Amino acid sequence: MIVSEPKPTEELVDSLSGVDRVFILACGGCPVGCKSGGEERIAELADALSKAGKEIMGRAQIDFLCNKALVGSQLWYYLPQLRRSQGVLVVSCGIGVQAVAKMVDLPVFPANDTFSSGGMQGLWPSEERCAGCGDCILDLTGGICPITMCSKGLLNGTCGGQHDGRCEVDPERDCGWYLIYQRLKELGKLDNLKKIPPLRDFRKREVPGSQRRTTRWALEKGEIYEASRPTGTE
Amino acid sequence: MSRLQKSLERGEFVVTGEIGPPKGINVEATLKEASYLRGRVVAVNVTDNQSSVMRLGSLGVCVRLLQEGYEPIFQVTCRDRNRLALQSDILSAYVLGIRNVLALTGDHPALGDHPGSKPVFDLDSVSLLMAIRSLMEGKDLAGEELDGKPSDLFPGATVTPGADPLEPQLIKMEKKIEAGAKFFQTQAVYDPKVFENFMNQASKFEVPVLAGIVLIKSPAMARYMNENVPGVFVPDSIVKPLSEVSRKDRPKKSIELMAGLIKELRPLCQGVHIMAMGWERYVPELLDACELQAPM
Repeated sequence: MIVSEPKPTEELVDSLSGVDRVFILACGGCPVGCKSGGEERIAELADALSKAGKEIMGRAQIDFLCNKALVGSQLWYYLPQLRRSQGVLVVSCGIGVQAVAKMVDLPVFPANDTFSSGGMQGLWPSEERCAGCGDCILDLTGGICPITMCSKGLLNGTCGGQHDGRCEVDPERDCGWYLIYQRLKELGKLDNLKKIPPLRDFRKREVPGSQRRTTRWALEKGEIYEASRPTGTE
Repeated sequence: MSRLQKSLERGEFVVTGEIGPPKGINVEATLKEASYLRGRVVAVNVTDNQSSVMRLGSLGVCVRLLQEGYEPIFQVTCRDRNRLALQSDILSAYVLGIRNVLALTGDHPALGDHPGSKPVFDLDSVSLLMAIRSLMEGKDLAGEELDGKPSDLFPGATVTPGADPLEPQLIKMEKKIEAGAKFFQTQAVYDPKVFENFMNQASKFEVPVLAGIVLIKSPAMARYMNENVPGVFVPDSIVKPLSEVSRKDRPKKSIELMAGLIKELRPLCQGVHIMAMGWERYVPELLDACELQAPM
């Protein structure tokens, strides 16, 4: 299970500045188990965003967002709502956010911070990687992770080693920041590159004790099924 | 205030040089290389485990240069040290008399002679510049007060004028300036048109730019750079004449070609940074050929 924790609401609302019409897309996998997702969280988010003056164009929960094939086929049903949205708030781990970024032509915004899992993932059959840095900035980087896609995990753009869009370490490896640049250009969000994100907090590489307990217990005691049951259907 | 800072602030056309520390402790050969630059350059860069190859440290060689009467530029990369060590080393450099610091991200360790070592990159070139500025203002990155502030450090950075695409380079250059970079030394430039195009977009930042010149010693070196060094292209106008002369005449031809290049670049920028790569002995002749006099 991949452990993720809700981002503070204030940070979420900040990241969505200028995005008035939002689609909420949640993962029905791990986030349900660690209570950073599920119907309840979706409802909370919809409520918080409405209060912040956002229009919720639609909401969906898909099992598992880390699987692009599932994401693509399921989102098909929501195309009209997505077409009217300016951004997708993705309630998942960092892999899910990146998978959604590949499947929809809209800016994506992570609703969670992801911590290292130390256990098995959901499905995750593809190339997106999440290092569980605990400080997700995929909203700034067009849904492409600079921590895992840049060989140096840089936060401030291409280094001098970018060559024809490839990394200095391996000519077969894409330069993550080159991909981010291309993607932000497509999205008309190049200004994001000018922002200097805060320094990483490496304490967050550790899964918080409370979360470690919650997810283990959730798995062992079957709480995961409880958590995924829609509220009011006892 | 460092001599480099003074010269740039006075608007002089500044020449800087560069030496690489040896792998080991015998610094005589390195100091001999530096001796050819004496009186001809304002300051001398000392590389920091260049190309991720473990060598004698930049700080140690900077101090040796100071003792010999040169002004060093302390190159600092983010590859090998976390934010504690970087800040601490910069303070150490200050008390040893170093003022110029060039902040770089650094090559990946996988490219060097300890390829399995841990890539640190706790900071990058931009956040390292922010750390330096913070120290200059009397606080560390954690916001803690310093006992005495190194307010006359002179931080610089690098940029690749031939990067393709150029736009992300320019955006990062702007970030480096925002983070405190007071001068730039560029990756090697061989095509004045490429450099002119870069300067057309970079001159609005109004931060001095020293064009990088790596002396091309042979056609093979030019080919190697074209294949392996990102953002660097040595055009045929340099490779061909060099391949038409005998090995013995290459230094003379190279000096002629590089002098021509520097003359073309000179009106576009605020100085040149010469990376002689073992050909330091030809630098005085090269500077004579471009009519660049010894600095005041």
